[in-house]
Amino acid sequence: MVVNCEQVWQEISNYLEDDVDPNLRTAMEAHFRECDRCRSVLEGTRNVIQLYGDERMIDVPLGFGHRLQRRLEESIQPSRRRFLGWMVAAAAAVVAAGSFELSKSSVFRQQPELRSEHAQPGTGVPLDMMVVVSSDGKTFHASGCPFIHDKAHVRTIVAREALREGYAPCVRCMKKYLRADLGLLDFPSDWVARSGGKRI
Amino acid sequence: MLEEVTSLNSPAERFNEETLIRRIREGEHELFYELIRPYERRVYSAAFAILRNEADAEDAAQEAMLKAFKHIRQFRAEARFSTWLIQITVNEARMWRRKEHAHLVEPIVDHEDAEGNYIPRDFADWREIPSETLERKEIREKLAEALESLGHIYREVFVLRDMQHLSIDETAKALGSSTASVKTRLLRARLMLRDLLAPGLGGSWSTRLHFAKGTKPW
Repeated sequence: MVVNCEQVWQEISNYLEDDVDPNLRTAMEAHFRECDRCRSVLEGTRNVIQLYGDERMIDVPLGFGHRLQRRLEESIQPSRRRFLGWMVAAAAAVVAAGSFELSKSSVFRQQPELRSEHAQPGTGVPLDMMVVVSSDGKTFHASGCPFIHDKAHVRTIVAREALREGYAPCVRCMKKYLRADLGLLDFPSDWVARSGGKRI
Repeated sequence: MLEEVTSLNSPAERFNEETLIRRIREGEHELFYELIRPYERRVYSAAFAILRNEADAEDAAQEAMLKAFKHIRQFRAEARFSTWLIQITVNEARMWRRKEHAHLVEPIVDHEDAEGNYIPRDFADWREIPSETLERKEIREKLAEALESLGHIYREVFVLRDMQHLSIDETAKALGSSTASVKTRLLRARLMLRDLLAPGLGGSWSTRLHFAKGTKPW
């Protein structure tokens, strides 16, 4: 299968999301190796997704949260058991936050290498694919995956970078790349070296 | 084992969210702000993508939050709460635009679905950009300016998909469009932004950190 420039441009968005069939992907990869212009379009499109996917691009006016909270307080009728509700809410929030922190500290902090030791690298992950990661997360995801951790602090990066940073494929949205017969196919060559040769 | 490790992340948040929703439905209205607080930035940005005005976006975002509270019983657990909230925001902002700003002038470029394939106009080499550069306010402003210059049908899709990280299906649902339409508009939005930004951000970006003069679009 051979593709021309125009076909590449029309599929470049799907290509970056790994939403093209394998034959087309192979043909596009071959085309990118030969065509400077299409490679430039690919790199630029990837940069656009990466830059705008950064949470810093969402700029909220100063005091927005405070004004919103005040508006809600003014508009929402409190329940009759307000006082009790606040007490329960506060306690629940503390317990929920505490237990969540505890789960993070007890699981992740006591075993800081948990991700490295238990996650699978997957096989055949397209290195050009754009994926979503969060700073506290352990895995990388397709946009829109319901298992993205800490959605308020996510960024979009290319799969190659996600792998280099130690993220592993999400077991849900990236399931097709997780196989029992683990291999390091398609991984950046320095990635194994950086992990000390240890299989992550 | 893998399932357990990964599922420690979001399901905990989701459980907390489901609990909050249940309790709000049962009458603990005071918890509503806690429920929506993680999404307030995203709600504002969705409203701003449609209205392109800070004050209007803030008002529309507040109204959307109040509507979400009013209709919280209609929320179905099979959807993500954030997606439902964004969907309400999109509807509110669109209504706001129709009612209050019928006179609003859209960018002249591409406000209807253009026919035919989009052909990139610029093939400037755009080297990888260090994300630290986004710390610079003027760069963020240039990016925002380029985004604002898109027609709203492209801007909406791009913001929901690439900035809010909704899936294609969720974006289509939020906008009331087909997935095919979302994919087409997303492709055009991405390529148009690349065309707008590549001349200024490419090449000497990381060394001189200013935009080449005489190049589009600014």
